[in-house]
Amino acid sequence: MLVLTALALLKLNNLFAVAMLAGIYSLLSAALFTVMDAVDVAFTEAAVGAGISTVLMLGCIALVGQTSKQPPKPAFLPLFVVFVTGGMLVYGTLDIPPYGDPDNPVHHHVADYYLEDSSHDIGIPNVVTSVLASYRGYDTMGETTVIFAAMVGVLLLLVQSPRRRGSYKDSSLKSSYHNSSDNHSMHSTSEDDSYPGDN
Amino acid sequence: MEDKIIIRVGAKTLIPFIMVFALYVQFHGDYGPGGGFQAGVIFAAGFILYGLIFGVDMAKKVLPLSVAWLFGSAGVLIFAGVGVVTLLLGGDFLDYSVLAHDPEHGQHWGILLVELGVLTTVFGVMISIFYSFAGRRGLGT
Repeated sequence: MLVLTALALLKLNNLFAVAMLAGIYSLLSAALFTVMDAVDVAFTEAAVGAGISTVLMLGCIALVGQTSKQPPKPAFLPLFVVFVTGGMLVYGTLDIPPYGDPDNPVHHHVADYYLEDSSHDIGIPNVVTSVLASYRGYDTMGETTVIFAAMVGVLLLLVQSPRRRGSYKDSSLKSSYHNSSDNHSMHSTSEDDSYPGDN
Repeated sequence: MEDKIIIRVGAKTLIPFIMVFALYVQFHGDYGPGGGFQAGVIFAAGFILYGLIFGVDMAKKVLPLSVAWLFGSAGVLIFAGVGVVTLLLGGDFLDYSVLAHDPEHGQHWGILLVELGVLTTVFGVMISIFYSFAGRRGLGT
């Protein structure tokens, strides 16, 4: 199913259908994660992959139009590179210990400690939560900061105040000056949002 | 999409349930699957549904973009603030055991606060990204 959806994704030209199929792909992978008992990951995948990112893609489609350009002729060098890389990856998996074997090293590094001691260290039944929030608190804080950085990046790229667009044609020297003053004006102007055709 | 009555009524019925489910995921994260990230995304999804059906302008009246930014930054502050508080109380950074008299209770409090920070950030970020994509032209207006 996953492979079929991926192939259809490649073949289709209609971007609306592509966005929908990408959502279906996410939902299928969420089902796969559930089957593999990774419920937390499945949760995230269903909500982010199938939900919000589909909406964001629809938002993009509303901006760029529904059909993609005809793709250029198939290039064979990238295909070759993909096959070689894939082959090397498959070759690499030959050394990996068998899947699902309880004696695998990954299950005995720190996992034993977490499973046995987290209930009286932390007192929370869900080990995933205690690992994420307490044992690995630094990591989660880094993650949160990354999400915050993503927001800052998207806002810097996408939210333009009308003033900056007006000064677009000015010399680029001025724009660095405008940047600092724009940060204040963005707050007030972006609420009654700016449309590209407005001025 | 404002004139489609089935979608409007359906969405109005669904949105409160989505949001309550997000809170359930948030506060039940100690016992079942879920946590701050998932809860934030689900909460944001409920809100985005509102924005899709009733238009981004209506959604911005409920929650302006600047408030979404505030949420996005406040979450990181809460998270790091918990770390600073544990430092001040004499523990290591993000070592929640010092937050209460009983280390186990301290861990509970710490995880609760930290997950709240994650929820706030994820919610604010998702909303502001949605605004900046959808508010440009077309969709929902």
